[in-house]
Amino acid sequence: MPVNQNFHSVVLVKQVPDTRHVTGEVMTEDGTMNRGALPAIFNPEDLNALEMALRIKEQFGGKVTVLTMGPLQAAEVLREALFRGADRVVLVSDRKFAGADTQATSYTLKCAVEKLGDYDLVFCGRQAIDGDTAQVGPQVAEKLGLPQITYAESVIDLNEAEIVVRRAFDLGSELVRCTLPCLLTVVGSANRPRPASARKRITYKMAAIPSEYPKLLKKWTEFADERSLGEYLAERKLNIEVWTVADLAVDEAELGLAGSPTQVYKINYVVLETTDSKEIQPTPEGIQALIAELIQEYIVG
Amino acid sequence: MNTERSERSERNVWIFIEQDEGQVAEVSLELLAKGREIADQLGGEAWAVLCGNQVESLAEPVIQHGADQVLLADHPELELYRTLPYCRVITNLVQQYEPSIFLIGATPVGRDLAPRLASALKVGLTADCTDLQVGDYTSKKENKVYQDLLYQIRPAFGGNIIATIVNPKTRPQMATVREGVMRRGELDPTRQGRIEKVKVSFESCDLALQVLSREKREPTVKLKDAPVIVAAGAGVDTPEEFELVRQLANALGGEVGASRAAVDAGFISREHQIGQTGSTVRPRLYIAAGISGAIQHRAGMDQSSKIIAINTDPNAPIFRIAHYKIVGDVAEVLPLLIKALREKAK
Repeated sequence: MPVNQNFHSVVLVKQVPDTRHVTGEVMTEDGTMNRGALPAIFNPEDLNALEMALRIKEQFGGKVTVLTMGPLQAAEVLREALFRGADRVVLVSDRKFAGADTQATSYTLKCAVEKLGDYDLVFCGRQAIDGDTAQVGPQVAEKLGLPQITYAESVIDLNEAEIVVRRAFDLGSELVRCTLPCLLTVVGSANRPRPASARKRITYKMAAIPSEYPKLLKKWTEFADERSLGEYLAERKLNIEVWTVADLAVDEAELGLAGSPTQVYKINYVVLETTDSKEIQPTPEGIQALIAELIQEYIVG
Repeated sequence: MNTERSERSERNVWIFIEQDEGQVAEVSLELLAKGREIADQLGGEAWAVLCGNQVESLAEPVIQHGADQVLLADHPELELYRTLPYCRVITNLVQQYEPSIFLIGATPVGRDLAPRLASALKVGLTADCTDLQVGDYTSKKENKVYQDLLYQIRPAFGGNIIATIVNPKTRPQMATVREGVMRRGELDPTRQGRIEKVKVSFESCDLALQVLSREKREPTVKLKDAPVIVAAGAGVDTPEEFELVRQLANALGGEVGASRAAVDAGFISREHQIGQTGSTVRPRLYIAAGISGAIQHRAGMDQSSKIIAINTDPNAPIFRIAHYKIVGDVAEVLPLLIKALREKAK
């Protein structure tokens, strides 16, 4: 297989609340959710997408750029990406992006990918666990004018012009060939994402966005001020880029809440009406009586 | 096109008919029934979009399931579903006819197609709706009432909230719905409708992707029609406990289901998942073993005739919809249930 074809992979990732571990403390009395009680994590399938891109870089040569749109705290997932082998990371963050639905989000991401330029492959996780919509990947592809390969599980072959990918569904699979550049959304069964490398963790532990500098200054007292810290980080490429609206060629009308065709009409907190429920004791007698009742009512038997 | 017709098209509901090798997807028939109902409410028509190669014979059954008009796109390039050719054809049709609502099944095909279409059309899309209704929406910001919008209702954000989403300004209002959420209607062999064969053409960029081969597998679980389901949740956290769930399902002649937590834990395949992003079921008896009952899960099972819930936490939300509440550990309660059933069977 030819080596060093220099593929530029862009991976779009998201920091999400860990909705897989909703516990009692997360739910408040009135049935609403205490978002702050949920840890923020790297969206699981985005890690699979990053892993796929890193393996392409290792096998064929090239570089991996990781982009995320989110609040400033999302810099954390970018550090996680650096710890795993990303070459460059960019945080796309601006108050004007807030309240975006998938349409406005994909528009913003499209503008950011275009600013990066010369890409061969764009990767996303199949879906994010906080919304499960699986919409942003295909919508970024459409806006970039790229073909899309959703449910990507493995890359079978890759050359300068084409990629061959296996797509995996619950009930089958499909082998497809597609021209480059294209966008892939990656499923969780694709690979086992590597853990953070200990060496890279040391290299990149200071990687930061400017709003994190005050916190760092307290820890790294040898720096006189934010400017000298910033210069130090920039020399070592540890300054994580932050792109705002001003850095992107965007039509502001298409951003955030204003650029979102969907609107939330109402939110209902589901306070469950207690149904007519019968408490059964977890004893042999209690269970026997329950089974007898179910048989009598023709529910069982 | 006269004015009367164009006014009517503004009230039309479209349904994407997914077919594979001449077999119409179940969810498309379910959406035809729902789309028909919404069209009647709006005073519009239900139109079906049918794409494929030599699929004309499917148009009549689609009409008998509720369509007033079938837009038939028949072309060799549409033989197997591929994003770009399908998107090209359907985008053109939507731009030509401007329907009010467009419903698509949340299958792997629908979840690939719907967002791409919505992006190309610059319209809103709501994924995995668990209910669809029609109603008015008052925008306070604009001080304006939008009449007869599609309420796209879905659980949101991991927790106990149900969001009603609307698309006030863009058309069509797009939504995807999973199989089993809506009920399919009866086939009416006397129903009449129109079939319009649409002209199809592609640009070379539409053919960027080729399908080299595909494999299909029959479903190994038939949750949707199972009379009894025993479902495992996060409280079932050892292989031994999971075996008890299987044994109880066997003893009851039922199927094994699972919450997302149990699927994520790796005990069972995603095919068994019940809930908003899994299957929607309505069995005669549903036994929730160690399931806390987050709304995403309840959305897939709360129509069950009888629900037995087993959980160590007496305040688990599942108990509020359960007919029988057993506060206890699945490792103790499941063997008692299995034993009691075996004794009764003697």
